[in-house]
Amino acid sequence: MNKGIAVVEMTAGAGIDGRKPYLRINNVTKKFGDFVALNRVSLDVYEGEFVCFLGPSGCGKTTLLRAIAGLDIQTSGTIEQAGKDISDLPASERDFGIVFQSYALFPNLTVNRNVAYGLENRKVSKADITARVEELLNLVGMPEQGQKYPAQLSGGQQQRVALARALATSPGLLLLDEPLSALDAKVRVRLRHEVKHLQHKLDVTTIMVTHDQEEALTMADRIVVMNQGVIEQVGTPLEIYRRPGSPFVADFVGTMNFLAATAIGNGKVRMGNIELSAGNDGANIGEGTPVTLCVRPEDVMTRNVEADTPNAFEVTVQDMEFLGSFYRADISPRDDEKTVFLADLSINLVRDKNIIKGMNLPVAFPESRIRVFSQT
Amino acid sequence: MHIKSMPKSITRVLAATAVGVFTAGISAPLFAETLTVYTAVEAEDLKKYAARFNEDHPDIKIKWVRDSTGIVTAKLLAEKNNPKADVVWGLAATSLMLLGEENMLQPYAPKGLDKLDPKFRDSKNPPSWTGMDAWVASICYNTVEGKKNGVPKPTSWKDLTKPAYKGHVIMPNPNSSGTGFLDVSSWLQLFGEEGGWKFMDALHENIARYTHSGSKPCKLAAAGEITVGVSFAFRGAKSKAKGAPLDIVIPTEGIGWDMEATSIIKGTKKLKAAQTLVDWSISEKANKMYNEGYAVIGIPSLAKPVKYFPKEVATKMIDNDFAWAAKNRKRILSEWQKRFDSKSDPK
Amino acid sequence: MTTAAAIPLPEIKPKLSGDDRIMRGFILLVGVWMVIAVLLPLYFMLSKSFEDNDGNFIGLLNYAEYFSTPALFYSIENSFFIAVVSTVITITLAFIYAYALTRSLMPFRGAFKVIAMIPLLAPSLLPAISFVYFFGNQGVIKGVLMGETIYGPIGIIMGEVFYTLPHALMILVTALSTADGRLYEAAISLRAGKIKTFFTVTLPGIKYGLISAIFVVFTLVITDFGIPKVIGGQFNVLATDIYKQVIGQQNFEMGAVVSVVLLIPAIAAFLVDRIVQRKQVALLTARAVPLEPKKSRGFDTAMGIYCATIAFVILAIIGMAIYASLVTFWPYNLTLGFTNYDFDVMDGGGWESFGNSLRMAAYTAVFGTAIIFTGAYMVEKTKGFALARGAIQFLCILPMAVPGMVLGLAYIFFFNHPDNPLGMIYGTMVILVVVTISHFYTVSHLTALTALKQMDPEFEAVSASLKVPFFRTFLRVTVPVCLPAILDISIYLFVNAMTTVSAVIFLYSSDTNLASVAALNMDDAGDVAPAAAMSVMIVLASATVRILHAILTRGLARRLQAWRKR
Repeated sequence: MNKGIAVVEMTAGAGIDGRKPYLRINNVTKKFGDFVALNRVSLDVYEGEFVCFLGPSGCGKTTLLRAIAGLDIQTSGTIEQAGKDISDLPASERDFGIVFQSYALFPNLTVNRNVAYGLENRKVSKADITARVEELLNLVGMPEQGQKYPAQLSGGQQQRVALARALATSPGLLLLDEPLSALDAKVRVRLRHEVKHLQHKLDVTTIMVTHDQEEALTMADRIVVMNQGVIEQVGTPLEIYRRPGSPFVADFVGTMNFLAATAIGNGKVRMGNIELSAGNDGANIGEGTPVTLCVRPEDVMTRNVEADTPNAFEVTVQDMEFLGSFYRADISPRDDEKTVFLADLSINLVRDKNIIKGMNLPVAFPESRIRVFSQT
Repeated sequence: MHIKSMPKSITRVLAATAVGVFTAGISAPLFAETLTVYTAVEAEDLKKYAARFNEDHPDIKIKWVRDSTGIVTAKLLAEKNNPKADVVWGLAATSLMLLGEENMLQPYAPKGLDKLDPKFRDSKNPPSWTGMDAWVASICYNTVEGKKNGVPKPTSWKDLTKPAYKGHVIMPNPNSSGTGFLDVSSWLQLFGEEGGWKFMDALHENIARYTHSGSKPCKLAAAGEITVGVSFAFRGAKSKAKGAPLDIVIPTEGIGWDMEATSIIKGTKKLKAAQTLVDWSISEKANKMYNEGYAVIGIPSLAKPVKYFPKEVATKMIDNDFAWAAKNRKRILSEWQKRFDSKSDPK
Repeated sequence: MTTAAAIPLPEIKPKLSGDDRIMRGFILLVGVWMVIAVLLPLYFMLSKSFEDNDGNFIGLLNYAEYFSTPALFYSIENSFFIAVVSTVITITLAFIYAYALTRSLMPFRGAFKVIAMIPLLAPSLLPAISFVYFFGNQGVIKGVLMGETIYGPIGIIMGEVFYTLPHALMILVTALSTADGRLYEAAISLRAGKIKTFFTVTLPGIKYGLISAIFVVFTLVITDFGIPKVIGGQFNVLATDIYKQVIGQQNFEMGAVVSVVLLIPAIAAFLVDRIVQRKQVALLTARAVPLEPKKSRGFDTAMGIYCATIAFVILAIIGMAIYASLVTFWPYNLTLGFTNYDFDVMDGGGWESFGNSLRMAAYTAVFGTAIIFTGAYMVEKTKGFALARGAIQFLCILPMAVPGMVLGLAYIFFFNHPDNPLGMIYGTMVILVVVTISHFYTVSHLTALTALKQMDPEFEAVSASLKVPFFRTFLRVTVPVCLPAILDISIYLFVNAMTTVSAVIFLYSSDTNLASVAALNMDDAGDVAPAAAMSVMIVLASATVRILHAILTRGLARRLQAWRKR
């Protein structure tokens, strides 16, 4: 199922601009003893693309990255890079730069020596190395810090140095293994933009592993959502968020209401007493099938809901939580207190309508914002 | 690169070390030949022995391997299939007999053999070994401690079994000490097999402990650590010379003795030099040198009295049956061990 | 779901990089070393115990003879008696001392800690010699023993306590200083009394450290040779029996049998310790708030007095050995002088043996550290090759279970075998260095592993991605970063090589006489004062190197602080 979705959506993915696949992952399986960490994973990554592997810990995203790097070679399946089969090559014979969460900077070498580390071993003149190191440090926004030791730098600075080091040898592929996870929130947000900007500027094909959906949504051209060793969905951030391909993706990315319902044919579902139109999503599900209806709290329509608005129904506000820029409310259909879902109420709305706990109001689930998954 | 070549460089350095160690022994003139000589001669005499020999034969260098009798014997036996020694100069005759039984000795009749006291040579012809000097048992008695502890000066072996000596006597363990063994074998010859063991049973009651080395009991007596040390006369005389309040007692019953003797180890690649050394070891000059520390020597006519050395030694030496002692060595030692070397000893 | 699912895909066989091949080569080299330096000798020794004098297989006959000779098998009981009593005393003393160091605010804690470590610098026979001067028949305070003789179990146990105290102390201090302060706060808030807190919080918290200390001390005592040799008198133990069988009676087969008998408790204690250590590691990784001891005048004073007493005894023992070495002719001529340092007229190899010891210790430190650290690096960092790595990891831990005497005897059987091409190292400095490195391999290996585990595991991945060969990173990053641990290993090897007797007693030759063995042989020949003098020389050499090491480490730390300091 998942593979099918992946292939379909991959070709539909944005940001490819007719480029050729740079990295082709074909049926990659990795076993640790009896444990299957990756199960026949296939994926194409295009030239210059920024791809994020997103998923909870243990989903196989790091395993896949390490297989691509040749650090832990897959049990079976093939990997091609730039048209060359690299499946069985050791890391040292592949073409990539890598940045780890721990930075892995050599503590006893200065920033300059760290960045120059991969260059010193090649037949590059001293002057060229110095120039290249300077260029890279400028690029990552750390000019004139070259004489310092890693321990004298902040976490964010260290990660910039690690990035410069990985880019020094101009690799064809940049691998980022949770590069921002060890940083504090503000630095993380700033670096997100910088890394993305840098990647765009250098046009280097990049794969980043992260468990942070916000990071993936803001940085990636395409997101590969993984779970239990398989790819759940591949798509642009917007596709992943708007049209999650599975309940898992729906749950993992953003906040989602999961509501039990039953398909009643013609693309409609019934939730309690309420009939809702689910558009195309419900079309191929047989009548009487139990389904899960998904809708995001921010997609619950609360303004301008009239009697003739599609998918409108009356609800009772059970509870309200103030989250600064909006309220997140626990809401139940009027005669069905057992069904509770979240809806985001803007500060304006609450003020205008003077909404308080226990109040009734009309809401609607816009048809285009509903996802329906068969429970069977 | 560095790492790759490391195992090589390690072996190279280790090999260099080995060579260094090896060549360290050959730091003599280039033409000199080096003999590896195993010995149990007292450490303080070794330099003198080599120097005197080199006065006559500067072209043969001696590399000493010195340890106590038991250890040298053990070493030689351990290296039986792969001998490292060329000559043994100064080891108990009973030990050499043991080695002879293992067919490890090269028979050789050194020049001047006829001058030797017949007791001081292997009876075979040509002999497997020749003697240097006699190394005689005796008792070292600390007069100061004796007075303090109320332990009278003994005159006989039997005296030592008296209750007054309880806990005041130390003797060497015959299993590790050549002196210890000559004591035990002499008692068995003096008092008979049965009487000998009975004597030792009684003596055992008074023994504070058994030492591994034959000279240690006398040194302990010299230091006042014990009152009576069963040891050998040479050691006693040396300690007395150092100022220890010692009397050297020659028990009236007679004293056991062994010879320090010399032999060539079979298979040596330096037979010629080895024979030169053995020739010298029974020369008059050598005998006079032995006489500086030992009263009884291989050529009795040359013997002069030794300072602090009891005069009556020669007369009290028992008619030691070395062949018997060597043949029964193993049996005697295991019997001794069974009787005395167990936990029933004083704690 | 997909059609391809049914067809099994061919397995990928990863190609080895040059690095992989070199690293595997190194692993195999380490393996070959361990096989030659530990496994094969032990095998030869084991098989020797089933042979007669002429090398014929005779099954268990030697063992039958052993157990029918009371003089021999009584030693098992003696050894256990000594080991158990010494362990109880050492652990009790060390525990209170460690408790005082970690849980009180008594003054001079630093000095007390340093003093308690001094015994590590001395050969084990040094306390035995001191005790002769204290409690021997001419001893200055022999009355303390109330007529009992020092030559026997009393002397052995006292010597063993002195010798094993710092070993126990190091483990217990570590265990006590990793306590979780929050547990004590909880205990106070629950109004648990001091004694109750001790039994419900303190003891369980150091449980594994305590067990580990017990087994380490037990093993050290049961395998020690120097102390029972010098002061044991008629009280035979297994370690001296091996010596007596081999050296005294040339009965190599029986020596092998006793070795096997000694190997059994040593291995058992070792296994228990390993299991416990594994559990302790899990305990230590838990995040805890360090416990800050609170001021308590009475407690601090009591602890201070206790530690001062122990420290005084340690210093007195060392001091007595120094005094003994300077007295011209004890007890009749008390003039002080250096006559006893004229080693050249004594047994044991003279001053040359001291020079040999320094050389041997230096070689052991240099080559041992290189071999052990590189080996540990390969075991830790090589990719794949799991089976070989596991096997070699086991072999690296094994030497800890093998008593030095057993290893030394095993070396005779293996290296002096006429068909062994390696026999050329027999009787040379090389075999002494090899046996010493092997004997002290485990602790050094574990120290190296700990340091390596603290390094970022991705250094090698980064190097590979930058196409920098691993040995470049090893030399430019790993070695400099691990330098403190590397120095620790080398100093450990140096000091142990200076003081060890048991591993080398069967292997030195006249060219390679060692100071520690010389001291033993001088004592053996009754030259107790010169033996003390040689022991003092060993302590001086070890202490000098230790101090140099401290200075070097401090200088290094300052130099390297640039990249450590924020």
